[in-house]
Amino acid sequence: MPIAVIRCLLASFALLVVLAAPQRGVAQDADFAALVDTAAKGEFAEQSAAISALAATGDPRAQAVLEALAERGLYVTAEGQVVIGEDHPDGLRLIDPLTGEEIGIVGSRDVERVRANNSLRRAARSAIGTLTLMSPDPAVRLNAAQTVFSSQDAGALEMLEQALEQEEDDDVRGAMQKARAAILLGSDDPALRLEAVEALREFTDPDIRSMLAALVVQRQDGTYAETDETVRAAAAESLEAIERKLAAWRIAGYVYQGISLGSVLLLAAIGLAITFGVMGVINMAHGEMVMIGAYTTFVIQEVIRNHAPELLDWSLFVAIPAAFVVAGLAGIAIERGIIRFLYGRPLETLLATWGLSLILRQLVRTLFGTTNQEVGTPSWMQGAIETTAGVTMTYNRLYIILFCLLVFAGLMVALRRTALGLQMRAVTQNRQMARAMGIRTGRVDALTFGLGSGIAGIAGVALSQIDNVSPNLGQGYIIDSFLVVVFGGVGNLWGTLAGAFSLGVANKLLEPYAGAVLGKILVLVAIILFIQKRPRGLFALRGRAVEA
Amino acid sequence: MDLFGRVSRWGAAAALAGTIAFGSVAATAQEGEPIRVGILHSLSGTMAISETTLKDVMLMLIEQQNEAGGLLGRPLEAVVVDPASDWPLFAEKARELLEQDQVDVVFGCWTSVSRKSVLPVFEELNGLLFYPVQYEGEESSRNVFYTGAAPNQQAIPAVEYLMSEEGGGAERWVLLGTDYVYPRTTNKILRAFLNANGVADEDIMEEYTPFGHSDWQTIVASVQEFASQGRPTAVVSTINGDANVPFYKELANQGITADEIPVVAFSVGEEELAGLDTAPLVGHLAAWNYFMSVDTPENAEFIAAWHDFIGDEARVTNDPMEAHYIGFHMWVQAVEQAGTTDVDAVRQAMYGQEVVNLTGGIAVMNTNHHLSKPVLIGEILDDGQFDVVWETDGLVVGDAWSDYIPESAVLTADWTYPWVCGNCQEPRFPVIGQ
Repeated sequence: MPIAVIRCLLASFALLVVLAAPQRGVAQDADFAALVDTAAKGEFAEQSAAISALAATGDPRAQAVLEALAERGLYVTAEGQVVIGEDHPDGLRLIDPLTGEEIGIVGSRDVERVRANNSLRRAARSAIGTLTLMSPDPAVRLNAAQTVFSSQDAGALEMLEQALEQEEDDDVRGAMQKARAAILLGSDDPALRLEAVEALREFTDPDIRSMLAALVVQRQDGTYAETDETVRAAAAESLEAIERKLAAWRIAGYVYQGISLGSVLLLAAIGLAITFGVMGVINMAHGEMVMIGAYTTFVIQEVIRNHAPELLDWSLFVAIPAAFVVAGLAGIAIERGIIRFLYGRPLETLLATWGLSLILRQLVRTLFGTTNQEVGTPSWMQGAIETTAGVTMTYNRLYIILFCLLVFAGLMVALRRTALGLQMRAVTQNRQMARAMGIRTGRVDALTFGLGSGIAGIAGVALSQIDNVSPNLGQGYIIDSFLVVVFGGVGNLWGTLAGAFSLGVANKLLEPYAGAVLGKILVLVAIILFIQKRPRGLFALRGRAVEA
Repeated sequence: MDLFGRVSRWGAAAALAGTIAFGSVAATAQEGEPIRVGILHSLSGTMAISETTLKDVMLMLIEQQNEAGGLLGRPLEAVVVDPASDWPLFAEKARELLEQDQVDVVFGCWTSVSRKSVLPVFEELNGLLFYPVQYEGEESSRNVFYTGAAPNQQAIPAVEYLMSEEGGGAERWVLLGTDYVYPRTTNKILRAFLNANGVADEDIMEEYTPFGHSDWQTIVASVQEFASQGRPTAVVSTINGDANVPFYKELANQGITADEIPVVAFSVGEEELAGLDTAPLVGHLAAWNYFMSVDTPENAEFIAAWHDFIGDEARVTNDPMEAHYIGFHMWVQAVEQAGTTDVDAVRQAMYGQEVVNLTGGIAVMNTNHHLSKPVLIGEILDDGQFDVVWETDGLVVGDAWSDYIPESAVLTADWTYPWVCGNCQEPRFPVIGQ
């Protein structure tokens, strides 16, 4: 340990000397080279010191070095020269950070990469932030201000104040003021700190809450991080105000997450609502129909990736009809091949479809291998809307909510407004009468089962975006799907909709308090009790259909 | 179900290979009877994703050994069975291997619950099991050699790294896990370790989820909230295989980067990342004793042999594969030293066996049936590999009984004289006069 301390001291001394050196001329070049050297080869503490020093030089060459470090593109050659390496088909294209000139192309094993862990890369990024505060591009300046804000790097204060004086863009100005306040929180002057606390009060970002909370933390020896009592009181007060605002938002967040979970449940269950709910077939292989849909998505995406990579972002739109057709055909085959022989024998159906689910899973495992398959998320589904109050709505889940409502609406239209829908309802309500009217009930049965399976396949497309595409994909959803259908009321699509969303929201409201495991158990117990009281679920079918 | 699996195919292939090998060696060696090596890994069911690879790596190692002339002048023969991710079936298959197939050694199991289920069988029939996966410790059986990491070879160094200035100086901790024995025990040890290092209980958040949990919105949101208390926060994940993909996806979508809240995982390796778009995960960590990216001649040779064997350049290697590599070579050396495959003789010969690690350095088998090996910490790169950012100076001795849990700190595992015991407070044969 003492050796490390002495090393550190020596390094900081060296840096002081470097910083005190004249700002222009040959000497500066040598200093810059020394700093680059330390940033690449030093011990961790020396490296971080050198990184801030590089930023403080304001040297235009520093940015390239820091960016290379942050992106793990800084290398040391066998001779000990620090170089920037860019990917090249034959290995690496080396660039001299001091002159910006190309040195040559080498194999990736000829040079050693500078190890840059999270802390170093964060330091490098915050240094880049400081350097780009004056950039002509407002977007870059905004980004820089945000980086400085989250790093709270005191070394950036001077630059920031200079930048603030010239700044004309209001958004960037706001971000810079926020960043300045964040840095001032660490100032030595209590008055400045108080000013900073006041300035930060109006924001509700989790980051700011975190900064204010840091002030009021009581250390183990009883002292506080913030020594001045007025500042501490002000910080505590601001914190409380923020907490109040957040509390309401948090509940809204849980409800949103519940709706999102509900939409996934609905997607998974809606096909089952037809096969089980309308036809009365206990189909344990329903989850595997979902899985088939997900694997179809994977195959479609691979084909597009190999033949038309520019269309990759739109692959899901091809996958949706494809998954519907593939899973639908599989469903029809299952109905014609197995289930039609077992109508009216629920126990045998259950066992046969369960066996079928095992076979399908192992078949997929043999065809595609046991590992998860990677289904890419299109760029327009990535990212999230971040509200200031800390509630994040991710795009993929937002789209899934929309998608599930569309599927539901489409299915409603298909059942209510098409000839097939009419026939399906006729057959399920009174088979003999339907047959007497000239409906080919066998064909309708097959198509109904195919429709339910096809919709399960569509659900697979959506689930491939949030879950593993593995042979076991369907297993995670089969029990939940049955729960939703039974809870909502067998044979009633609106009941399935209401059931899915109420289960989702109840689950998510319980989860933060009871934990994920207990939350799920509580929901399950609640459903069992509910079914005791109302065996036909939320929306019971009335009238003749019940007896049919 | 087997009808559709690879089981029968592999079984047939192995049998065929065995017969051919037997046929050719019988002419040269008098005692040409093959040495039978049992492979007890799930080839179907949930765990097939991880365990199939281990079966393949064992077949490769056996093939290599046979090409090098077998063992004791006899060929090796692989006996592959499929316990189908079904824990009680593991025990049945283990019994089948030991009693019917008369195997001399078994390489197998992944989950702790499967190991616990075969343990009584191996102890009753005095078999020999090599267990290749990192696990929660608190066990040392006379009949099992643990070639994966004990908590002090994975979890504790990872937490120490994140506590250090270099690792970000974390002060608040989120322990996330799937609800079963490995995460629960590991987190118990970690909590005790953190408490011993001055972390108060209110600075530790412990959350468990069911197997295959796929909706991580609420948990990720609450982690973010827990992290916004003004002090650096790190997440220690013992989330089991399949649930990891949705977890990391949710993290990335909610915009949590490794800069703000680093996540260190103990069950995420190259194989798990293969099914994942890794770009948003760059910088999150994993602690293992092996990474595919480590550039040593031994590792390059191993990877080349693996690609050659499996016929697919895209396949990755991972830590449990190295554990089997070390375990298998140690067993071969021990058999050669003992001159027999007799379990008791081999066990005695195992202690002190050394094998060169694929990542450099030399692994040593200790008398507590755990290895001494180096610990590496890697950050995820955007190509699904790991960049090693930290490693221990030397070898870390695997500790069967954690020093951080009071009731196990007093226990010793040592299967040599005078202890001869897996969980004792006193030696079984105390030396008189001392």
